[in-house]
Amino acid sequence: MARMKFLCDAERCIDCNACATACKNENEVPWGINRRRVVTINDGEPGERSVSMACMHCTDPPCAAVCPVECIFPTEDGIVLHNKDQCIGCGYCFYACPFGAPQYPRVSDFGSRGKMDKCTYCAGGGGPEAPGSAAEFAKYGSNRFGEGKLPMCAEMCSTKSLLAGDGDVIGQIYKERVVQRGYGSGSWGWLTAYHEDVEV
Amino acid sequence: MTACTATGRAGGPRGKSSLAISLVRIRLALGALIFLAIAGTAPAIAQQLAPDGAPNPTASGVNQQTLLREEPRITGYIDIPDTRASVLIQPAGRTWDHFHEVTLHWFGAIVIIGMIAVLGGAYLIVGPLRISAGQSGKKVHRFNAFERFSHWLTAVSFVVLGLTGLNITFGKILLLPVIGKDAFSSLSQAAKYMHNFTSFAFVIGLVLIVAMWLKDNIPRKVDIDWLRQGGGFIKSKHAPAGRFNAGEKAVFWIALLAGVAVAASGYMLLFPFYVTNILGMQIAQVVHAVIAVLFVAAILAHIYIGTLGMEGAFEAMGTGEVDLNWAKEHHDLWLRDQLAKEHQPAASASAD
Repeated sequence: MARMKFLCDAERCIDCNACATACKNENEVPWGINRRRVVTINDGEPGERSVSMACMHCTDPPCAAVCPVECIFPTEDGIVLHNKDQCIGCGYCFYACPFGAPQYPRVSDFGSRGKMDKCTYCAGGGGPEAPGSAAEFAKYGSNRFGEGKLPMCAEMCSTKSLLAGDGDVIGQIYKERVVQRGYGSGSWGWLTAYHEDVEV
Repeated sequence: MTACTATGRAGGPRGKSSLAISLVRIRLALGALIFLAIAGTAPAIAQQLAPDGAPNPTASGVNQQTLLREEPRITGYIDIPDTRASVLIQPAGRTWDHFHEVTLHWFGAIVIIGMIAVLGGAYLIVGPLRISAGQSGKKVHRFNAFERFSHWLTAVSFVVLGLTGLNITFGKILLLPVIGKDAFSSLSQAAKYMHNFTSFAFVIGLVLIVAMWLKDNIPRKVDIDWLRQGGGFIKSKHAPAGRFNAGEKAVFWIALLAGVAVAASGYMLLFPFYVTNILGMQIAQVVHAVIAVLFVAAILAHIYIGTLGMEGAFEAMGTGEVDLNWAKEHHDLWLRDQLAKEHQPAASASAD
């Protein structure tokens, strides 16, 4: 079984935010929820790099470990999904997440959080809804993965900076790029997310 | 930095003895200073060219491992107004995960089960502390209705907060396997709201308690005597005390300090990211959890001594009146003042 991962080649990312837009459009993400974002390091300075970041679908996911109601779990493809019916909106997954992935709609008084929302790898939800159903779409967004397709963000990336797919395959693609062009700033987040880096 | 790259490319100090390396480093530092002085006038771009003469795009590039060595979190610029999203990577999330799932579970279990074991042992071995002289049948007024209301407001909200709080940490181990995921989730959702809203009642109770009892809880000389005499636990000795003995003062100060700590950290969690960043939120949760566990253990001891552990103690907060002999044994100085106060108006009334 393939282990699904994301990899952002920062040498190719041009901070166009098409990934974030594609994600919002594909999944009809509500206002204020940003499943994917582009962070620019050293903005305007020499060595500036932009990295597109969302849920990395970690190995041994810390969000799943800290969830007090155990509503987050990795699938057999390594995609981290959650059941919104069980989520209580405590916010602990955001404290544990190394990538700032979990998002919460503001639902009531104070800072009270609604059901957590995050990147699903365009693989639907972890609830009881039938895969590909309208109910699933309304709650979690698109289920491209069930149709054999990869996440919209990576598919839309015009410079092919953002890669999605089997970790071994995208790791190999990145490795070949680095060897060919002679440089690369590394597979951002991999060591933290997957306990391994792409060795070049 | 450019000077180092230049010498590094020229053969650098690799493979030499440590003394030679340090000498080289001193020379390098001096060289770098001179170089920087010159570089102010000459363009430094020349240093960033690749071996073939093309501009080397990685010469000043950033690398996540280097950045993470410099700072615990990689932060950058974002195009959206959500400032939280500017943190790209924070490996500390996994550290917090370890605290929450391993450290806190062990710490909480040891402290709370340990306290229950100690109190159970005290009950079985020492047993309830009886009033030596027995019940006199005469009552002395100790706490008025408002004082008791304030105490029970704080107490009931504390129990609600304690149980709903422990549910967040231990519920998935103890309760979830018993009642199932969906039922546990509904229960935890309700518990979360109870925890959030009950906190206000607790804070009001705490403020009232502090306002009413602060002056009687300031440590005094008599508290040292009380401790020296075994705090009333040794029947052959008499431990003198005013309105509150040193043990009760300890409970008061624990409640005040721990209460302020859990309330402050708790409101930071209730209003996430209003005043702090991700590190602040993680620290707030750690402080909230650790203090709360210790607070629960301390209050368990307080509940024990106020109910099972001592004859005649519960009445003080129950009816507000205590037995005369109980007051003599535990609060002699206060009883003296209290009786004087009660007789004063009576004497003046009879004089009329």
